Amino acid sequence: MQSERGRLARWFDARGWRDLIIGIPYAWLIAFFLLPFLIVIAMSFARRADLSPPIAFLGQWPFIQWENYARLFSDTIYIRAFFTSLLNAAVATFFCLLIGYPMALGITRVSKTWRSVLLMLVILPFWTSFLLRVYAWIGLLGSNSWFNQGLTTLVNAVLPADMAFRSLPMMNSNFAVVLVMVYSYLPFMILPLYANLEKLDQTLNEAATDLGSRPCQVFKDVTLPLSVPGIIAGGLLVFIPASGELIIPSLVGSASDPMIGRVISDEFSLARDWPMASAVAVALLMLLVLPIMAYSHFEKRAQEQAEAKA
Amino acid sequence: MNRRPMFLMSCLVFGFAFFYVPILSLIIFSFNKSRLVTVWGGFSTEWYGKLFNNAQVMKAAVLSLEIAVTSATFATILGTMAGLALARFRRFRGRTGLSGLVTAPLVMPEVITGISALMLFIFMAQWIGWPANRGFTTITIAHITFSMTYVAVVVQSRLSSMDLALEEAAMDLGARPWRVLVDVTLPVISPAILSGWLLAFTISLDDVVITSFTTGPGSTTLPILIWSKVRLGVTPDINALATLIITVVGLGVVAAAVIMHRAEKKRERDVQMALSQGSMT
Repeated sequence: MQSERGRLARWFDARGWRDLIIGIPYAWLIAFFLLPFLIVIAMSFARRADLSPPIAFLGQWPFIQWENYARLFSDTIYIRAFFTSLLNAAVATFFCLLIGYPMALGITRVSKTWRSVLLMLVILPFWTSFLLRVYAWIGLLGSNSWFNQGLTTLVNAVLPADMAFRSLPMMNSNFAVVLVMVYSYLPFMILPLYANLEKLDQTLNEAATDLGSRPCQVFKDVTLPLSVPGIIAGGLLVFIPASGELIIPSLVGSASDPMIGRVISDEFSLARDWPMASAVAVALLMLLVLPIMAYSHFEKRAQEQAEAKA
Repeated sequence: MNRRPMFLMSCLVFGFAFFYVPILSLIIFSFNKSRLVTVWGGFSTEWYGKLFNNAQVMKAAVLSLEIAVTSATFATILGTMAGLALARFRRFRGRTGLSGLVTAPLVMPEVITGISALMLFIFMAQWIGWPANRGFTTITIAHITFSMTYVAVVVQSRLSSMDLALEEAAMDLGARPWRVLVDVTLPVISPAILSGWLLAFTISLDDVVITSFTTGPGSTTLPILIWSKVRLGVTPDINALATLIITVVGLGVVAAAVIMHRAEKKRERDVQMALSQGSMT
């Protein structure tokens, strides 16, 4: 059993280059990712003070006091923000799936040339600026925009005349947050779904059809169960970043019912309560640990499968 | 079987309209004469002219590009090393730790990454006196840290699907290990390294949240400038700026994709030529 993959790797090992190749990125990530994160954890046990930096550790080593964490439960703003974040993220994930699934399935059913064009069109918004895509929606949601006015006309056509809207109050609401999140994260749903659906064996569909299943039965009994891994991967890729989102709730969200990302940022920059911001951050990560672990589990399995094939 | 494709095709049309109508609307209103962004007042390119005469915007754009090029380059070097380590060195002490550290920044909410980086820089300044003030250096370090992990993932996945026989063959033919690395391994994974660099570059160029925590007075990047203006509302000059950025990045991405696609095609042809020639002799 060779411990390394290939002679080249073994040569590097023998000459000590290996340690450098591993050590340099390792040291960098420890210094600039792990260490700062440990500071956040330590900070969550401190207390706000009028110093520079504005913190103080109380008591004796190891200075642990749970005051900030107790406030997470006593102050309703935090619980509410957590609830709003998870709800918004879940609703956005659901709608991403609802829109993304037929799109991914549709892309597998077109010719090869069209496939690469359509995939390009899915990836393109992902490369162009996230901030600018959110900005584009500010223009659409505002009360005087053609989009809002058009929707208002549609809604008013259904409603009785005395209930008619001047414009729809869409801006600065959780509706806007969910809508823009669906818009921004849709590629994250479509791509893993497409990768999964593309690999499905078409002959299974044909067999089911030949045996007399109707198209929607084929979908329910064959395609859908086989695409569960894609649904899980896509769902987690949308849900995880959406629940910690800061840009979207800051630009189109409601100030009275904020998401947790905004609470952390405000607590840190406006209230200058670094310990509290750190405690909220740690709590958010605790909430995300399960989905993150599920995600890395699925990633690892997919990678092992890819390696087994190679 | 005919009804479902119809349904799927209309979903595609609707979905792509959802993707592109907001961007198109933004582009169209950048040519609006009226200062009111939402009401059409006739065609005009005056906002573009004003943009190029705006020293603040130009300065921010230059700073953003400098940071993006620097951080993407360092991130590519570090990320390639990490990818190499994870794909090729099967067992070493702390392997799980490294692969965890490579995945964690990808899933960490940006606001937490930003806050923790800022706290690190503040405590470092207090304890060792460096960095004395925040700006180019601190933003670049923060960008390298989270974009190198994207590079590592891309490079790692390319390396694990690479045929090891290529390296073995080169070594059997007497090539020295460094030559094998430079002449065989790196060219094979170069598309992955290139797309890793492009990914790191665009991530850095677009980043708002982490930059807003690690920036200091006088170091305003383009996204930070846009962010501070956008919070006050929609203005036609931001529309013009957004149109320019989207056009440049969009064309760049399409061009890169076409070039890579062609290179891949050419490589496949070369391999087939070599195989058919080999079988003839």
